[in-house]
Amino acid sequence: MGKVRLWRACLVFIAIFCACSAARAWPQQSSEDRMIAGGATGHAGGRLVVALRSEPKTLNPALALDEPSRDVIRCLTADLIHINRGSLKTEPSLAKSWSVSRDGRQYTLQLRRGVRFSDGQAFNADDVIFSFQVYLDEKVDSSQRDLLVVGGKPITVVKVDDYTVRFELAQPYAAAERLFDSIAILPRHLLQNTYQAGSFSQAWTLSVPPNQFAGLGPFRLKEYVAGQRVVLERNPYYWKANRAGNQLPYLSEVVFLFVSSEDAQVIRFQSGDTDVLSRFSAENFAVLQKQQSQKGYHLDDLGAGLEYNFLFFNLNDPGPNVPPEITKKQAWFQDLRFRQAVSAAIDREGIVRLVYSGRATPIWDQVTPGNKLWLDENIAHPPRSLDHAKELLKSAGFSWKSNGSLVDPHGDHVEFSILTSSSNAQRTKIATIIQDDLSQLGMTVQVIPLEFRAMVDRLLNTHDYEAAVMGLVSGDADPTSEMNVWLSSGETHLWHPRQEKPATPWESEMDRLMQQQLVTLDYSKRKKLYDRVQEIVADELPVICLVSPNILMGAANRVGNFRPAILVPYALWNIEELYVQ
Amino acid sequence: MLAAFSCVILFAGFFAPYDFAAQARDTPFAPPTTLHFVDAGGSLHIRPFVYGPRDSASASPNAEAASEQSYPLHWFVRSTSYKIAGLIPSRTHLFGVEKPARIFLMGSDAYGRDQFSRFLYGGQISLLAGLIAAILSVAIGILVGGIAGYYGGWLDGILMRGSELFLALPWLYLLFAVRAALPLHISQWQVFLLLISVMGLIGWARPARLIRGVVLSAKERNFVLAACGFGASDAYLLRRHVLPQTYAVLLTQITLLVPQYVLAEVTLTFLGLGVGEPMPSWGALLTSLQQYSVLSSYWWMFLPALLLIPLFVIFYAAADALQELHKSVPL
Repeated sequence: MGKVRLWRACLVFIAIFCACSAARAWPQQSSEDRMIAGGATGHAGGRLVVALRSEPKTLNPALALDEPSRDVIRCLTADLIHINRGSLKTEPSLAKSWSVSRDGRQYTLQLRRGVRFSDGQAFNADDVIFSFQVYLDEKVDSSQRDLLVVGGKPITVVKVDDYTVRFELAQPYAAAERLFDSIAILPRHLLQNTYQAGSFSQAWTLSVPPNQFAGLGPFRLKEYVAGQRVVLERNPYYWKANRAGNQLPYLSEVVFLFVSSEDAQVIRFQSGDTDVLSRFSAENFAVLQKQQSQKGYHLDDLGAGLEYNFLFFNLNDPGPNVPPEITKKQAWFQDLRFRQAVSAAIDREGIVRLVYSGRATPIWDQVTPGNKLWLDENIAHPPRSLDHAKELLKSAGFSWKSNGSLVDPHGDHVEFSILTSSSNAQRTKIATIIQDDLSQLGMTVQVIPLEFRAMVDRLLNTHDYEAAVMGLVSGDADPTSEMNVWLSSGETHLWHPRQEKPATPWESEMDRLMQQQLVTLDYSKRKKLYDRVQEIVADELPVICLVSPNILMGAANRVGNFRPAILVPYALWNIEELYVQ
Repeated sequence: MLAAFSCVILFAGFFAPYDFAAQARDTPFAPPTTLHFVDAGGSLHIRPFVYGPRDSASASPNAEAASEQSYPLHWFVRSTSYKIAGLIPSRTHLFGVEKPARIFLMGSDAYGRDQFSRFLYGGQISLLAGLIAAILSVAIGILVGGIAGYYGGWLDGILMRGSELFLALPWLYLLFAVRAALPLHISQWQVFLLLISVMGLIGWARPARLIRGVVLSAKERNFVLAACGFGASDAYLLRRHVLPQTYAVLLTQITLLVPQYVLAEVTLTFLGLGVGEPMPSWGALLTSLQQYSVLSSYWWMFLPALLLIPLFVIFYAAADALQELHKSVPL
């Protein structure tokens, strides 16, 4: 009680203070519904400049697919339940609390009262109902819809009262709370008419007038200059406060510049044009490090992130789609001993050293050391061994000619190509190292860098490829975000996507395990299930996991409360708490 | 000089201490190895030597190499096999050092491959590309220019308007289009040969116009007219009297075109259209300079580019000399 009284007293003091200064008046909002953020107290005002790799395509949260759009939208909007990037656990956001029914199928969320959109209009359950109606509408075709379909049925949303909503799921769903993360609540008062007129897909493009745009995020739209920048300004109605009770965010402006290449971003960061730099290569890290002390910035190496890079072979059914010259080579790829030999011959440590200057971790399954909650510690890490690889190939009927070239049981020389994305220099380098490793086994490998979309089309649609080096970044630490990859029916089940029924016994076991972990609520049981999935990946090698690059970050020394995370968005997840000195 | 250089390039395998694809994974971006003549004790050695690799556990990158074991340079060592001019297998290299020491005269690249060896091997591909493309261009140039100049009239009009069209062609985009249209499964060599043929094929316009001019003036000469008066056939006239007058121009053209096409190869590879890894070419050696980190940290990655400058100067000097020669030859 004493605490509460003290708190109230504190508030009264602040109210007086604010009234005196008349600068930061609180909108009418009861104290219990303000969220208190835990970071260090900073200075109000100032601007933060950040570079985006490209111009955002849209500001519409339901239609944004590209990372730059999402980066901007994250600053403009808020979700009901949020994953704290620092702790990787869920925390209240617009929903101040929630309860789960005993069967795990009903979630009742209590919304914060007195919250206002950035245009001053009040927020209540109607906005939540409207938002989910939009996201679930098949005509809108939002990318969030897939997440909101659980057990084959869309989630239903019921308004209990103005500040209570109930979500009903068709089956228990382990990661249900995490579903709400990054599902932005839309203002019904601005978008309902457009939605009903059927023109939602044209709403909120980049050229939207700032007074037609409103969200619940820490910032609101101020200006968009085509080809140059998006400027956001402080949302005066934001619902979070610091520990002293002052309203957040601290920054009065955030500027997103469009800087198209990584090198250009590095140079602009180095010269002090931008304040934060995320996702850059280890080579550039080394370059920046040299001047770290003279120039006013610091660099962070957060260790392994959630990205895993891997090599995989075309294991699709030899149907009409797969060209015959590839079908012949698939006989090798289907042989587990061939894949094991390739895995044993690859110098993962060499990749870490040459491609990432040591700022990466070798991996043998899909869960990276960065994901401490789900990592299976018992996966073996066999060292590189050409002798072992040769034994495996010998036992699979391969042999060597006098000049050292490897031939299969039919006498055909083992020769295949590896696709990589030409825009990703690291993966092309990985493929070049693999090329050299495998040439020591007598295989002839060609590396073919392709434009990213052309490559994905070959992998997923035409199946006209032999092998590829790819990387995936889990959107969340939870295995549920990986469903699409490991289910045999998944769209990104890369080596053999969209199977009608599992082609191999281990794929059907993986399907069963993934489905089961989805509906199991107990963490330790889920962990056991997912450990088994990792074992299958390490044993059957549908993808040969290679390395997980470290998350590298840089920020100007004047940026306070900078606490980068290993989850997207790496640097700006706590932008409401960032301040400049 | 040009001949000496071509010789070194042709016998790259002999002059290069290492195979172009050999990776030394412990030493990515190693600076050029210093050849020492004076050891730590101050005594002079006739045979230059290098210092061995640093013990990675103990030494910091800036530590002086002086305290380490020295490895003298050996001449005519036997190591990795290669083929002389692509035909005769051999294992003898001009020089080398004993393992674990390595000699990188021009430093090493991102994979720890010897830049010097790659430069020599790369020369084979780049010069070959230049030569093939130049010969193709000039061959078509003779054909088109000869016909246009000799026959004149409407044929001349059509051919020369056609050549203007080719001059205006944005060839870089054309090459991109050609590369995109090619299937994946053809080998790098085939892709490369195809690209340089395309390059040669679209470069015929300039030599064709030159040759047309020479032919135009040549066919008016008295001895040509006389031969014509004696009833010589067109083919005979062209072969015997007209085209020989163009040879000096042709030779000059080829020496001018080779460096141009070498540069074109460098450009293409720089843009990702050249021979793929691990094959080296001069363009491939320069592609890593696209990265800011390489550009700002490893000065020896510029060496191939610097070496190309004197080479081109020699080529142009040769073209000049040929031109002089051509002027002094009485026609």
